[in-house]
Amino acid sequence: MRGKNNMLNEPIVTKRMGFEDSYTLERYLATGGYEGLRKALSMTREQVKEEVNKASLLGRGGAGFPAGRKWSMLRQAPTSYLVINGDESEPATFKDHLLVERDPHQLIEGTMIAAYALGVSQAFIFTRGEFALGIERLTAACNEAYEYNAVGKNIFGSDFSVDLVIHPGAGAYICGEETSLIESLEGNRGFPRIKPPFFPAVTGLYGEPTVVNNVETMSNLPWIVLNGGDAFAALGQGSSAGTRLFALSGRVNRPGWYELEMSKTTFRDLIYDKDLGGGIIGDKKIKAFIPGGVSAPWFFEEHLDMGLDQDAVAKAGSMLGSGSVVVMDETTCVVRASWRITRFFHRESCGQCTPCREGSGWLEKIMRRIEEGSGRPEDLDLLMDVCDSIAPGVTWPPQQTTICVLGPSIPSSIASAIRHLRDEFLEHIKLGHCPYEKDHILTGAAR
Amino acid sequence: MKQNNDYMEKMLARKTPSTGGGFSAEGMKRAEALMALYPVKRSALIPMCHLAQGEHGWLTEECIEEIAALVGVSPAEVSGTASFYDMLHLEPVGQYVISVCTNIACMLAGAYELLEAVEERLGIASGQTDKDMRFTLEEAECLGACDTAPCLQVNSRFFGPMNSESFDKLITDLASGALAGVVPPHGVLSRVERVFSLTTKGATDAAQMDTTDAGQK
Ligand SMILES: Cc1cc2nc3c(=O)[nH]c(=O)nc-3n(C[C@H](O)[C@H](O)[C@H](O)COP(=O)(O)O)c2cc1C
Ligand code: SF4
Ligand code: FES
Repeated sequence: MRGKNNMLNEPIVTKRMGFEDSYTLERYLATGGYEGLRKALSMTREQVKEEVNKASLLGRGGAGFPAGRKWSMLRQAPTSYLVINGDESEPATFKDHLLVERDPHQLIEGTMIAAYALGVSQAFIFTRGEFALGIERLTAACNEAYEYNAVGKNIFGSDFSVDLVIHPGAGAYICGEETSLIESLEGNRGFPRIKPPFFPAVTGLYGEPTVVNNVETMSNLPWIVLNGGDAFAALGQGSSAGTRLFALSGRVNRPGWYELEMSKTTFRDLIYDKDLGGGIIGDKKIKAFIPGGVSAPWFFEEHLDMGLDQDAVAKAGSMLGSGSVVVMDETTCVVRASWRITRFFHRESCGQCTPCREGSGWLEKIMRRIEEGSGRPEDLDLLMDVCDSIAPGVTWPPQQTTICVLGPSIPSSIASAIRHLRDEFLEHIKLGHCPYEKDHILTGAAR
Repeated sequence: MKQNNDYMEKMLARKTPSTGGGFSAEGMKRAEALMALYPVKRSALIPMCHLAQGEHGWLTEECIEEIAALVGVSPAEVSGTASFYDMLHLEPVGQYVISVCTNIACMLAGAYELLEAVEERLGIASGQTDKDMRFTLEEAECLGACDTAPCLQVNSRFFGPMNSESFDKLITDLASGALAGVVPPHGVLSRVERVFSLTTKGATDAAQMDTTDAGQK
């Protein structure tokens, strides 16, 4: 996987990516590994939590909830389990894949720091099943960490003990949703649970209070403990503190991962800077881009100068989500792009809620009809009606009528495309095919 | 890192999916070790399914029955759970499962053209297995490697960016054995074995609790 971090004085989560053997204990120790955990163990739990609070570390899994707050929320009982979410399946997201495969010890160290702060004695890292190499490396790293006494009994001679299990997923997008992840970890089908009452913090894994955090969230902890929460908060701006790992893909010259200071870099920099995205293939014009994974409403040219900032993106009606930016150029068929995203949601809906299950099916059918040349102009209103029945008002953040937010995310792409590029839809319908067919490489049959 | 023991050798030697059968003695030992890692046995259900696929290439009826007995649920419960997950195969699949991603980033880089070339090269459509049980082709959702779009996996190992020429070369290399170390039989998430059991007191106590029902709704 290619990427860069030299825009930063000091990368936080990708500093070992330049080493071939970045995943080994030997390299990890040679580059300051497990020093953060040693330091954490010399502090009180409260002190560690306080540093994470000060850091304003926003969860990197999509919802962007501050990790410090999640750990200190009013609890009926002490936390029993820590579950790390490495299921990464949001289309266009590939940052956790990188962190698991290339720096598994950093993830383990972060997990141990969180386990200490929370006072849990059992942690799990749920890793997407398709990341076979990542699972192998994480398992090997876990073995090494036990041997090195960074995991297990009386860690580094302290009275803190914690066990760690690397759990393989088996292929289901929905298992990234935290209550579904917990169901799956319990050995069940990954059906999301109804909240309330099944808030993980209260009734999580095995019915016990559970904290679920993302892989990247954990990977930041060693640095935060070593350098202090203030140093982390000094990077970025406001609540968007620190650096973040952005995944750039689509019609750019240099797709890849980029660790960047939050807020300080704009979407334009990310896409066009010669050291980052390097501009659009063939110097074409940009048509639209997705700012944070396919669940997020699309952005357009007028949003390019916005900083990579969670609040700014939210205020403009979308989300920074999983930090995945997908670029569509002037020759991209928006009908096809939004159809493909809709089809994904339709395939991955767990089927528990009618609006999600049926709605995604209808949308997919209508979109396919348009894509294949049998669309009617009335279809656009029909599509918006169906969107409205899934997420009333089709706003962002969406109104939730379903058990989890997969459902209300389905309309994002279709509604963005129809609202901003309606003429293109109509043109596609009139012609019976994509107006850009001859310009781009997409000739294969949609299916 | 690779612990290429006899067990692995045996799995690597298997060219086609087996016609049936339960866990080997070593496999059963590993299944039991997996169960001991969790406070509730049922949590090991999916990892054990991966283990079974490593041995047989798919989830055989006998393995399903054995997993059910180990966890203390009915075989229907195991196969019902497994059917929810894309990676678990309740029918035999080819020696190599080829998953071509056609999601947004890959599509924008020509994934459907790639899929067509792959179908032509293999002579099967997506969702099908060839008659020699060598290849199963599936159209995948985002595999989490969009910077190498268009990409695909062979038995959960990544290849990308791909085009029809590099795919031809991939098939040749698979056939010649040049990729044996990179692409093990699918389902093998057990190439690296966990060598440490739980060590904290709390966890050990919990592991001895028999709470098989707690995992169910
Ligand atoms: C449909 C759906 C899929 C999700 N997928 C993931 C995922 O793959 N990885 C992840 O960390 N969080 C995912 N989330 C968010 C999790 O529910 C949860 O908020 C997150 O893991 C919490 O970690 P954080 O606070 O560190 O971000 C998903 C949420 C939904 C609704
Ligand atoms: S919204 Fe969709 S994915 Fe989520 S629980 Fe309901 S049916 Fe399942
Ligand atoms: S879209 Fe193909 S790997 Fe992400």
